[in-house]
Amino acid sequence: MATTHPKSSTANRRWRWFANHTASVLAVASTILVIAPLVAIFVDLVYKGAVSLNWNFFTKLPAPVGENGGGMANSIVGSALLLGLASLMGVPIGISAGIYLSEYGRGTKLSNVVRFTADVLNGVPSIVMGIAVYGLIVVPQKGFSAFAGGVVLGIMMIPTVARTTEEMLLMEPHSIREAALGLGVPNWRSMLSITLKTAMPGVITGCMLAFARVAGETAPLLFTALGNEFWSTALNQPIAALPLQIYVYALGPYDEWHRLAWAGSLVLVFLIVVSVALVRFVTTRGVLKGAS
Amino acid sequence: MADSTFRWLMLLCALSIFAIVALIAIELVTHSQMTLAKFGLKFFVGSAWDPVSGEFGALPFIFGTLVSSAVSLILAVPLAVGVAIFLTEMCPKALRGSFSFLTELLAAIPSVVYGTWAIFTLVPLLREYVDPVLIKLLGWTGLFVQPDFGIGMFAAGVILAIMILPIISSLTREVMTAVPHTQREAVLALGATRWEMIRMGVLRNARVGIVGSIILGLGRALGETMAVAMVIGSSPTISKSLLAPGYSMAAVIANEFNEAVSDVHRSALIEIGLALFLVTIVVNACARLLVWAVTRGAPARAT
Amino acid sequence: MGVSIEVNNLNAWYGTNHTLQDITLHIPANEATALIGPSGCGKSTFVRCLNRMHETNPIAKVTGEVKVGGQDIYSETSAVEVRRRIGMVFQRPNPFPTMSIYDNVASGLRLNGYRNRRVLDEVVERSLKSSALWDEVKDELKKKSGASLSGGQQQRLCIARALAVDPEVLLMDEPASALDPVSTAKIEDLIFQLKVQYTIVIETHNMQQAARVAERTGFFLNGRLVEFDSTHKIFTNPGDKRTEDYITGRFG
Repeated sequence: MATTHPKSSTANRRWRWFANHTASVLAVASTILVIAPLVAIFVDLVYKGAVSLNWNFFTKLPAPVGENGGGMANSIVGSALLLGLASLMGVPIGISAGIYLSEYGRGTKLSNVVRFTADVLNGVPSIVMGIAVYGLIVVPQKGFSAFAGGVVLGIMMIPTVARTTEEMLLMEPHSIREAALGLGVPNWRSMLSITLKTAMPGVITGCMLAFARVAGETAPLLFTALGNEFWSTALNQPIAALPLQIYVYALGPYDEWHRLAWAGSLVLVFLIVVSVALVRFVTTRGVLKGAS
Repeated sequence: MADSTFRWLMLLCALSIFAIVALIAIELVTHSQMTLAKFGLKFFVGSAWDPVSGEFGALPFIFGTLVSSAVSLILAVPLAVGVAIFLTEMCPKALRGSFSFLTELLAAIPSVVYGTWAIFTLVPLLREYVDPVLIKLLGWTGLFVQPDFGIGMFAAGVILAIMILPIISSLTREVMTAVPHTQREAVLALGATRWEMIRMGVLRNARVGIVGSIILGLGRALGETMAVAMVIGSSPTISKSLLAPGYSMAAVIANEFNEAVSDVHRSALIEIGLALFLVTIVVNACARLLVWAVTRGAPARAT
Repeated sequence: MGVSIEVNNLNAWYGTNHTLQDITLHIPANEATALIGPSGCGKSTFVRCLNRMHETNPIAKVTGEVKVGGQDIYSETSAVEVRRRIGMVFQRPNPFPTMSIYDNVASGLRLNGYRNRRVLDEVVERSLKSSALWDEVKDELKKKSGASLSGGQQQRLCIARALAVDPEVLLMDEPASALDPVSTAKIEDLIFQLKVQYTIVIETHNMQQAARVAERTGFFLNGRLVEFDSTHKIFTNPGDKRTEDYITGRFG
């Protein structure tokens, strides 16, 4: 026993103490380094963006090139329209898919494959989605359109909405479903009016997450909605969108455009952050636990 | 409506996921027929990209995508794992929610906003303060040499790192939290320091999942478009220096698609999109499998 | 060789919950001491105070004196060092699943900086022999993972892992409660052998087990040490009525 009594040497002990403290320092440093860009971005957004947020910004069209005083009203309206279209498409299909995964296909191989595919689909670059819808809609219709933009954003929402809907439904206790069955109405009615309704807050937050995600997407709109300098809400015409316009302005040569890019970014980020915060609030405090 | 009709409707919607994947694949293949037939596999090894004269070699973009992604991983992984360790093992419980909310916010910022910030704040910062240091210290490797305009592969790698950090970090935290407490206790009871407990009792057990989260981060980096397009320099060249401008697959599609000079040009861009599609599918599938293996199929947060 | 443990006025809290109140006792060296009592009586907290595992919980608090071999483990030495000298085996076997049997046993040694292959080999073999597992696994030390063994084997592996760092005391938190009767018997036989070299403190729900293996037994109730005496006396002629009630099964 005495020959190999593992009383560690002083050097070993000192090294372990040193390693322990270094690891702690590095972990804290990493956190600071990660939070730093976030703080920097928000500071920039507020400082550089807020100055341009005036009445003009929200109500006027882009000014002629080089002139001041323009706004991004058409982009804001355009984005709203696109997101509305996208939700019309993506939410019902996504929720239905989620209902299938949870209520009909639970545990089956098919639903496992669907779930896996949805996750993988979430990883496909959005620009590739844009190309696909370009080929599907823009080419046959021989023109860019708000409709095409809505379709691509809607398609992008489906996997996220499906997964979160499934998650929320899975969390519901069976007793609710049994109670619904006991009411003696056709199964699908009870499904919608009771089972789904109970999970509604969570389902809605899932939709909001998907919404927030596609609200900031630029790449897929490059070859579908294209962007538009003027007022347009026609579905079969190109339409302006906030992220698209920010992209154009940020890369442009005029200072006024850069200011507008920052202002647009501030508005966009603000809306997205509010959605994310709301989602977090609902899932950690409100009706549901364990969803985040 | 009968129950069976409703069920079929729901099933149809679930199957739409497959339909979407199939749709993308079909559209990509159909509209890149021209260059698929014309160039074959040589498309991916040719290094000359000149749409005007009809030369289409995608190697510069593949190179740019791989290099910028590699740089982003090298920068992001240590930081992401560090944050995960801090949040799961060191942070007082009261602060944990706030910190994790902050990392979630990082994930919510759109690519175009990252790109805007990168152009006006990050790139000047790199050019003024960081690049000169890198050139002085690491110039001998050939990776950091003049000329330096700020924009380029390195800048793209940095902004990509910031963008993939949240996903690597949150998934790493998930797999670390999934390690049973009894493992931590077992290590502590042997007389281990906290770092040793983290290393042997947590990281070691979670390593498969951590690798999965890294690959997921890679998948995200490969497909990132806007922020990269805005800072990579848009130059279809292959250089050794990371400070030189370059191009990535997603970025060239974004920049040249609407200005395509010919149908062949567009077909070539779409073929690049097809390659991107296939690669990200494979990478993401592998990553999801690894993460699933550790968390045992509990519905992972769709990020 | 084992050492004795001197506990003076030990008090422990989980947040505002005063889990241990004024515990004072003397645990003799090279003996097995059993701690019995109903669920929630504090015996588990007490054991965890002996190797400073209790304080790993952020809301835990400890006051009082615990002297192991004459040295106060709270004020005179670091928690890390305490835990090496006082080993612990848990209720549910917790071998490291990503390590082989060999690496499991050697893990504590490697933490302490031992790299020499021959030293490691020797200690691993000795530890596995001490925990009566050597013969069953000697041919597959590096091939099989720690988690691929049966429950009883896993627990003996955990014992070997704890012994490898050469502790003076071995704490056992209901070591056989998750095991089948055959494995339980093996563990109990093991305790008899281990007593020669180590001081054993075993916490158990099983009174027959306490009667079988321990020289001394302590009865805990509601955070207090009600009675602490030779096992024979506790089980045949307890001094306190509460002890008698518990032993005869009137509660707990």
